[in-house]
Amino acid sequence: MSLSSKDKAAVKALWAKLSKSADDIGADALGRMFQVYPSTKTYFSHWNDLSIGSGPVKKHGKTVMGGVGLAVANIDDLVKGLFELSEKHAFELRVDPANFRILTHCLLVVVASKFPADFTPEAHVAFDKFLAAVSLALSEKYR
Amino acid sequence: MVEWSDQERSIITSIFASLDYEDIGPKALSRCLIVYPWTQRYFGGFGNLYNAEAIKTNPMIGAHGIKVLHGLDRAVKNMDDIKNTYAELSVMHSEKLHIDPDNFRLLADCLTIVIAAKMGTAFTADIQAAFQKFLSVVVNALGRQYH
Repeated sequence: MSLSSKDKAAVKALWAKLSKSADDIGADALGRMFQVYPSTKTYFSHWNDLSIGSGPVKKHGKTVMGGVGLAVANIDDLVKGLFELSEKHAFELRVDPANFRILTHCLLVVVASKFPADFTPEAHVAFDKFLAAVSLALSEKYR
Repeated sequence: MVEWSDQERSIITSIFASLDYEDIGPKALSRCLIVYPWTQRYFGGFGNLYNAEAIKTNPMIGAHGIKVLHGLDRAVKNMDDIKNTYAELSVMHSEKLHIDPDNFRLLADCLTIVIAAKMGTAFTADIQAAFQKFLSVVVNALGRQYH
């Protein structure tokens, strides 16, 4: 399910609309994920506050969306473009890849709720494919 | 048996009480067929599914979306026994329709996204959690009688 040129164009067009609100989207998606999928909190036992709108959640949401932005900029070669992040996730963070799908779903829900007119089915399929490709690139070095 | 808090029950009944089936049903099903095109395998007799525009405007798909959405009503009315409520429908989806149960999850995800788009910021994490819990119980019940 690799990205066609049509997919890439759709992702870039959607990102152009989202990028100004990227930090909010990231914070909302992350906070939501912790509440809807409590197992994801196991990776953040070192935080003092995982509630929606908390300092750590906002900060990390921004970090995560920075990664998404980097991926958009490197959409033509995600494995190469996300090399460092891939190493980090494989050797340092070791997040079970099943969680990438969970966060992807929460991102899609937040984008749909904040940008209902722009998140058409066509934009949805391209963005879902893109985030799946990003997840694959991030887990590239896992084994 | 699944435990539901009072808050979860009230969230579910409230969503369905104000649901516009004629709007949401077609949107959820057509989005599923567009985002996960392999699901089109079950709709061979439904006419033109050639591209996203054709799917979105296909009246047979629209009508079926409404039907499927109404299929959730019996779960809303029987939240304490969803498993048995869907036993017959589960058998039918297995023996007659031959639908891979993973597709139920895909449709549930698309329905969640369509509802999120409709409710906007009102679709809080609490509401998402309750709605997804409800859908996952239905999805499990529909796959339970497969053999």
